Amino acid sequence: MKDKTSIVLTGVGGQGVITASNILGKAAVKAKVNVFVSETHGMAQRGGSVICAVRLGNVTGPLVPSGTADAIISLEPVETLRYVGLTNKGTKIITDITPVIPFTVATGEEEYPDLSKVFKGLQNYGKLYKIDAAKIAKDAGALITKNIVMLGALAAIDVLPFKPEILLDTILESVPPKFKEINKKAFEGGLKAIKS
Amino acid sequence: MMEITKDRIGERILLLGNEAITRGALEAGIDVVTTYPGTPSSEIADTFSKIAKHATKQDRDPGFYFEYSTNEKVALEVAGAASISGLRSLTCMKHVGLNVASDTFMTYMYVGTRGGHIIVSADDPSCHSSQNEQDNRYFALFGGAPMLEPSTPHEAKEMTRLGFGISEELKSPILLRTTTRLNHIRGSITLEKIKKPRKKGKFERSIQWVTVPSVARTQHPKLLKMLEKAEKISEKSQFNKIINVGKPKEWGIVTSGVAYNYVQEAAEDLKLNVRILKLGMTHPIPKKMCIDFIKSCKNIIVAEELEPILENQFKQLLYDTDCSVKIYGKSTGHFSRLYEYNPDIVISAFSKILSLKNPIKKPKDSDIKLPRRPPALCPGCPHRATYYAAKKAQPKGVIYPTDIGCYTLGREKPLEMADILLCMGSNAGTAGGLAVATDEKVISFMGDSTFFHSGIPPLINVVHHNHDVVITVLDNRTTAMTGHQPHPGTDFDGMGRSAKRILVEDVAKGCGMEHIEITDPNNMEETTKAFKRALDFKGPSFVVSKSPCILLENRDKRKRGEKIYVYEIDQEKCKRCKTCIGKFGCPAIYYDEDESVNIDPQQCNGCGHCAIVCPFEAIHKKGVKK
Repeated sequence: MKDKTSIVLTGVGGQGVITASNILGKAAVKAKVNVFVSETHGMAQRGGSVICAVRLGNVTGPLVPSGTADAIISLEPVETLRYVGLTNKGTKIITDITPVIPFTVATGEEEYPDLSKVFKGLQNYGKLYKIDAAKIAKDAGALITKNIVMLGALAAIDVLPFKPEILLDTILESVPPKFKEINKKAFEGGLKAIKS
Repeated sequence: MMEITKDRIGERILLLGNEAITRGALEAGIDVVTTYPGTPSSEIADTFSKIAKHATKQDRDPGFYFEYSTNEKVALEVAGAASISGLRSLTCMKHVGLNVASDTFMTYMYVGTRGGHIIVSADDPSCHSSQNEQDNRYFALFGGAPMLEPSTPHEAKEMTRLGFGISEELKSPILLRTTTRLNHIRGSITLEKIKKPRKKGKFERSIQWVTVPSVARTQHPKLLKMLEKAEKISEKSQFNKIINVGKPKEWGIVTSGVAYNYVQEAAEDLKLNVRILKLGMTHPIPKKMCIDFIKSCKNIIVAEELEPILENQFKQLLYDTDCSVKIYGKSTGHFSRLYEYNPDIVISAFSKILSLKNPIKKPKDSDIKLPRRPPALCPGCPHRATYYAAKKAQPKGVIYPTDIGCYTLGREKPLEMADILLCMGSNAGTAGGLAVATDEKVISFMGDSTFFHSGIPPLINVVHHNHDVVITVLDNRTTAMTGHQPHPGTDFDGMGRSAKRILVEDVAKGCGMEHIEITDPNNMEETTKAFKRALDFKGPSFVVSKSPCILLENRDKRKRGEKIYVYEIDQEKCKRCKTCIGKFGCPAIYYDEDESVNIDPQQCNGCGHCAIVCPFEAIHKKGVKK
């Protein structure tokens, strides 16, 4: 087992990136693994770029040095590409395929790049896994569980220094009883999407 | 029961740095907490507020008194008096809040205190959500305040828990200086027992509390004596320690706060042989410990964010001890006085200083141009409607002073209605100055919380000097930007109890404002007329634009089981005139690839403003938001 693990979670405000990172951090505490979770987001409540880092094991710093991320889990394609400076060739990159169009594009000030180019670009930075988290979340019963789908996907790529069951248990503990089933389905859906 | 109030001793739980400070205060038996909300400090007080509200709901006493004060100065005075009466108190604020409280702070240091008092300053290197990145460690030196600087959430908890004891031993308030990266990281902390607070203090009359000149002159030497005692505490403090990495010989590193985290990891990753002096109590520094450290090294690197405060003090020590040790840091150009540090910065600086190969391998960014996601006013924000209406009243020849809050986002295209901003409450003061200095019309904007915080004295100034300006209060009944905290204009307080609501317009009237317009921005036509009348009025005029924050409004609607509607664009009627996007600028509206204009139902908050601004009546209610 590596003595330190760095997982980067990104997306857009309102997608549940911070919630997912927090759950991952709680799972690490449960697994008795040393952990720091950092979050960076701008002033806006919604719509801004969000990046969280979860660092596990023999770490003292909350931030990830460039080129050392073990995994990037991203809920938005452009946001994945924004943080490739943290990757190396061995980094596992899981990205959702659905774009969230920024306001600057809506007003015509800027352009959203061609998605196929974004994915092609991402392939230069590590091992890329594309996932339709929205569809999996909807199938599970709620679009809002997209972030949980991504945690399921993370559990499938062998970077966590603890058992995936601990992560699922932590998720289920953090949601109200009536949403447990949906979240379980979302997690398993994400896991299956990568494994298959 | 809330997780943070669990009493399971020895258990490790994951907490945000700010929550860890709250927990530390609970473990110390906190009596009184005061604040004015400000990022990155807000969650400290918000956590106290949640605990208090939870207790109020169950008709229990939370054990402590908590308030969102009108501003940081008032917050420090309320908690200061409680502490002087023997209660343990905590006052938290963002770095610039301490500027507001500085008048109180500087003399409070002369007066001293009885019950422990921790003043938390949350600094914001890189200005993530602030108007400057001032280093408030200077305030510790300036005012003579003992200071603790945590590196991790666990340390923040422990420093808070034990800080009250230090404050009581020294009979002085102390500073707990944090930075955004500490406030907003989560780490595991070990729980200790929550101590029962005392609840009631006793004010004991003493000449020292009354700082007339004759008293001030006798208190100042006492302050200096206190700092001598504080230095002795610093020498023995568990928060000041030496950590050896590898087999240290001649190199040493001095560091504090969040920078320590990067230093420790960089030293290990670079396989350095160094001793690290990690200072947690950074004012006063433990001089003897530092001198011994200097003598054990031939070269010292000082790694601290922002100002060279430790670096300069170490240089003084070199002069005093006549040691010929080389200091590397900001003065040698290896570290910057700008922005927050990160692992890359620290690793690169160490590599350069020690002539090592820099191990950082950052892949080149992709050539694809990525669109920015700047913060914007939310879809449905009533401020956007007010802005739009004001612009319609007079489209050109107006200067717009603004203030601290969501409405700074009015600076962005297409509104571009934020021309000058200095600090909390500055809008009306600068408006007066612009009226004196120019021939242009002036319409200034501030929020309701900002109005109560520091908007009133400049308003009185405008009235008294008859400045020809329009002062606008965007009254959304909350402190929205920092997370919807209550303020004097709400009918409940931070403990969830009912409170006297003070109306903005009543205050303005009491300040002598003669022309007051009260308007609902959702009625844009009337709001435009209100601005026209205010502009036509010779002399100062006042517009209160009242509509609740859409995020709160929709949350309450959901709670009440009311429907939220979304709007859609009738493609037959739409002439692609771009008014809704290009002039109004709601972020829920976008162009599709076929150039058609559409509304994203996920983002639409159902305000219906776009339907009003559309010149072709092409926008209408569609259905219920899911």
